[in-house]
Amino acid sequence: MIVNWFRYSSPISFYPLAGRLSRAFGVLAVIFTLAGLYIGLVVAPTDATQGDAYRIIFLHVPTAWMAMFIYLVMAFWSALALGFNTRLSAMMAQALAPTGALMAALALWSGAFWGRPTWGTYWAWDARMTSTLILLFLYLGIIALRSAIDDPRRADRACALLALVGAVNVPIIYFSVQWWNTLHQGSSISLTAAPKMAMTMLEGLLVMTAGVWSYCIAVTLARVRTIIVERERNAGWVASLMAPQGTR
Amino acid sequence: MNRMPDATTASQPVAATAGRPDASSVSAAFAWALARDLRIALRSKAELGVQLMFYVIVVSLFPLASSPSREVLATLGPGVLWTAALLASLLSLPRLFSADYGDGTLEQIALSPRPLSALVSGKMAAHWLTTGLPVAVLAPILGEQYSMDVMELGILAVALLLGTPILSLLGAIGAALTLGARGGGSLLALLVLPLYVPVLIFGAGAVDAVRTGLSASPQLSLLAAGLLLALVAAPFAVAAAVRIALD
Repeated sequence: MIVNWFRYSSPISFYPLAGRLSRAFGVLAVIFTLAGLYIGLVVAPTDATQGDAYRIIFLHVPTAWMAMFIYLVMAFWSALALGFNTRLSAMMAQALAPTGALMAALALWSGAFWGRPTWGTYWAWDARMTSTLILLFLYLGIIALRSAIDDPRRADRACALLALVGAVNVPIIYFSVQWWNTLHQGSSISLTAAPKMAMTMLEGLLVMTAGVWSYCIAVTLARVRTIIVERERNAGWVASLMAPQGTR
Repeated sequence: MNRMPDATTASQPVAATAGRPDASSVSAAFAWALARDLRIALRSKAELGVQLMFYVIVVSLFPLASSPSREVLATLGPGVLWTAALLASLLSLPRLFSADYGDGTLEQIALSPRPLSALVSGKMAAHWLTTGLPVAVLAPILGEQYSMDVMELGILAVALLLGTPILSLLGAIGAALTLGARGGGSLLALLVLPLYVPVLIFGAGAVDAVRTGLSASPQLSLLAAGLLLALVAAPFAVAAAVRIALD
């Protein structure tokens, strides 16, 4: 079966599709998150060493994964935007940045509240925490650059270029921070301290990841719809869409 | 305003206006931009001096804020000297493009038939020669304040010589991207400083390694590898960023 993907590279045909997908993934997000929380908070056993405090991983790990993954996806759309000069790719990248920043912030925040009971401190210069913090700065830089440039098309390409430069740098930053950390601290504090997980814990983690992933897709698509409407407000189809009697 | 590349190199045959740039046109463009930016920078020597004084003052503040004890200073030293180098590079970044952008010179440069990546490379080289190089020369003298020994000072200078060009190359991308954007200096800091992190880690780490009796060669090799990567990739990214800014 041949799907004409290019059909959906136009905002006018993508807008209704994004609406349908956004709703579908929104429903999936609720289902997966409720199921994951049930597994994580009720079914999964109490950890032998960390007690119930470990249960924050059911939020912490999925958000940390998504923070990194969204950067990759954003770099992918940025590359398309620069390479093919497509409007919608840049809008996708624009829509992903706040969600990525939110995920990085949630990962840091939940990590801090996990660290307090288990390590005895809200913040340690752990390699992953530090690189997540820098990842958050990269997201914030892209959002700030976008808001500092008035012309949206120029902002598109400037942010796309910055995202690509960042994407080259993210692995370098990650490994440099990890190496710096091992040189400075030894391995007294490590997030990999709980290697053997109970099966239910892993299940809960994966279901929660599916929930957070679905949430990110749903929110990003909803955001891209508002960006489309905002940017294309002078186009006829948006005007008729926004008309009082307009029906989709 | 200075003359454009084609006018300055009248003795050479005029480069083909279409098709691939040949090697002589690339080096001529590089040399022209380098000479021009150096000449402009050396005309305002006071500005260069002020930037170096910034470095000296920031480095001299840390002992006042922490402790004059030799052990504390020896631990702090590499990090302070490197962090201050990052800030000095950051502060001088607007000089790269903003004046040329403001008076339209940058647009003329971009219109030149010579490859833009070579022209911006010349500008970045001039930026490094007037900011990174003086800092690298000055740092060992300042390191003496932090009771670092000769070996550490030598490694510090080598690490800065390898690392500061990366700062100019990466910073130029940010400087070009923020042309004409609101928020100027602090926006530039937000964009550029996270990208500087690996340079800081390896640069300060090299000196730290020597201090703790290890070899600095892994850090220096990584800095050199980063420099090569930046030398190859950054000119094209900067050229693209300049074209975006001029749209």
